[in-house]
Amino acid sequence: MSTRLPVPDRTRALERRGHPVVRVASLVTLVLLWELVTGTGWVQPLFLPSPLDVLGTGFEMLRSGELVGHVITSLRRIVLGFGLGALLGVAVGLAVGFWSLAEAVGNPLIAATFPIPKIALLPLLILWVGIGEASKVAVIMLGVFFPMAINTFAGVRTADPLLIRAAVSFGAGRWSLIRKVLLPSALPMIFAGLRLGAGTALLLLVAAEMIAANSGIGALVLNAQNLMETTKLMVGIVLLSLLGICSHWLLARLERLALPWRSHS
Amino acid sequence: MRVVVDHVSKTYTDRRGHSVPALHDVSLTVESEEFLALLGPSGCGKSTLLNLVAGLTAPSAGGVHLEGEPARGRSATAMVFQEFALFPWRTVQANVEFGLEEAGLGASERARRARAHIQLTGLAGFESKYPHQLSGGMRQRVGIARALAVDPAVLLMDEPFSALDAQTRQLMQEELLAIWERTRKTIVYVTHNIHEAVFMADRVVVLSRRPGRVLTMIPVALGRPRTEAMLGEPAFLAAVDRIWSLIRSQAQAALREGEA
Repeated sequence: MSTRLPVPDRTRALERRGHPVVRVASLVTLVLLWELVTGTGWVQPLFLPSPLDVLGTGFEMLRSGELVGHVITSLRRIVLGFGLGALLGVAVGLAVGFWSLAEAVGNPLIAATFPIPKIALLPLLILWVGIGEASKVAVIMLGVFFPMAINTFAGVRTADPLLIRAAVSFGAGRWSLIRKVLLPSALPMIFAGLRLGAGTALLLLVAAEMIAANSGIGALVLNAQNLMETTKLMVGIVLLSLLGICSHWLLARLERLALPWRSHS
Repeated sequence: MRVVVDHVSKTYTDRRGHSVPALHDVSLTVESEEFLALLGPSGCGKSTLLNLVAGLTAPSAGGVHLEGEPARGRSATAMVFQEFALFPWRTVQANVEFGLEEAGLGASERARRARAHIQLTGLAGFESKYPHQLSGGMRQRVGIARALAVDPAVLLMDEPFSALDAQTRQLMQEELLAIWERTRKTIVYVTHNIHEAVFMADRVVVLSRRPGRVLTMIPVALGRPRTEAMLGEPAFLAAVDRIWSLIRSQAQAALREGEA
C-alpha cells in the first residue's frame, strides 16, 4: 500500500508582506493617542500641547511670517553647509582613493580629526569666522565632510579592478579613470554617505542655532522654551521632523535618478 | 598588423615576496589577419601573455612588438574579457562608445560607429539596456562590439565564451567566425578548450603549465568558413587528439599538485 504525503511549503515563515493598512494605522494611532491624553486634560498643555493646537499655532505663525523667516534661515545654512561639505568630501575621498601619496597624507589626518565631535569646534569657528552665518555653515560642512570623504574613499577602493583594467585597455588616462570608473563605482557609497551626512547636518544645525543664533528653527525652539510657549516649541520640532523626512525623500529620488542601472526593473 | 613576442619571460612577486614564474622564454609571431589560439591548462600564463600584448603588464625579460603600418584613427589592440568587464552604469550604446570616447572621437561619429557595431554583433534593439538586463551571451556581444568599435589592428580575446553555457558558446563561436570573415582582424584567442581552439583558429599555440613555455604550434588543416559539420572531420579530430596527448600529462601533473 502506498501513501500520499503532501509536500509542505517550508518557506512560509520567511514570507514578508507589505501590511499597508497597518503602516498608516500605526501613525494615525500615535496622533490619536496624543490628542486623547492632551484633549482630556490628563496632560497639561504646558508640558505637551494637543496636536490640533500645534497645527493651529503653526498656521498662525505661517500667516504672520514668523515661521518663513526661521525656515529660510535654517534652510540656507543647511543647504550651504551640506552642499559644500559633500562636494569637498567627495573630492578628497576620490583623491585619497586614487593617489597613494594623497592617501599617505590624507588618511592619518582624517583618522585623527574624524573622532572630534564637530559641535565642540563651534566656539573655535566662532572665534575664527565670527558669530554670523559662516560659523554655522562651517560646522555643518565639517560634520558632512567626514562621512562623505570616508564613504567616497571606501567606494573608490571597492571599484572592480577588472573594470579599471578594461578602461585602461581602451586607453583611459587618469581623469577618465576617475570620472568614468571610480566615481560611478563609488556612487552607491556616496549616497550612503549623503544619507548619513543629512542626519548629521540636521543635528549640527539645531545645536548651532541653539548655542549661537537669534533665528532659525533651533533658535525658535530654544526661545519658545524660555518663554514657556510649548506650542511654538512643538511647531519647531514638527518642522524639524518634516525637514528630516523631506531630505530623506529628496535623497532617495536623487539616488534613483543618479543610479538608473541599479533599479530592479 | 603582426604581433611579435620575442623571448618573453614574466615573473610575478606574490604577497609573501616569493617570485612566481608565469612565462619562460616565449617566442611567437601572429601574422596579419591570422586567427591564432593560445591553448594551455589553467594557470599556464596564457592570459598573462595576452595582457603583455595588450600593454596591461610589462615583461620581466624580452619584448613584445606590433609590426606594420599604424593606421591613423585606429587602435593597435582591443581586448575582450572573460568576465565581460562591461560598465554596469552604461547602457549598451554607451559601453560600445567607451573606447571611441577615449580615442577622442566626436559624439556623432561615436554614435555612428557604435550603431554599426551594435548591428554587426546582433544587438540592435538593445541599445538602451543596461548590462544587468542582458543574458551572458548578449553581454559578451557588447564586449565584442566595444572592442571592434575602435577598429583595432589586433583583437585580443581572453576566454571570451568560457562563462557561457555550452549551446550559447557554440553559437557565439560561429558568430565570431562570421564577423572575423567580414572584418579580417588579427585575432589572438586564449582558451583552455581544445575543441574550441581547433574549431576557431588557423594555428594553435600550445603552452605548457607554469611556467608557461611554447610546447608546440599546430596548424589547423580545416577550410574556411568553418561549419559545425567540420567538428566530425578527420582533420579536426586528428588535431584535437594530437593536442590532447600533448597536454594530458601536463593536466594530470597539475591535478596531482592540486593547482587550480
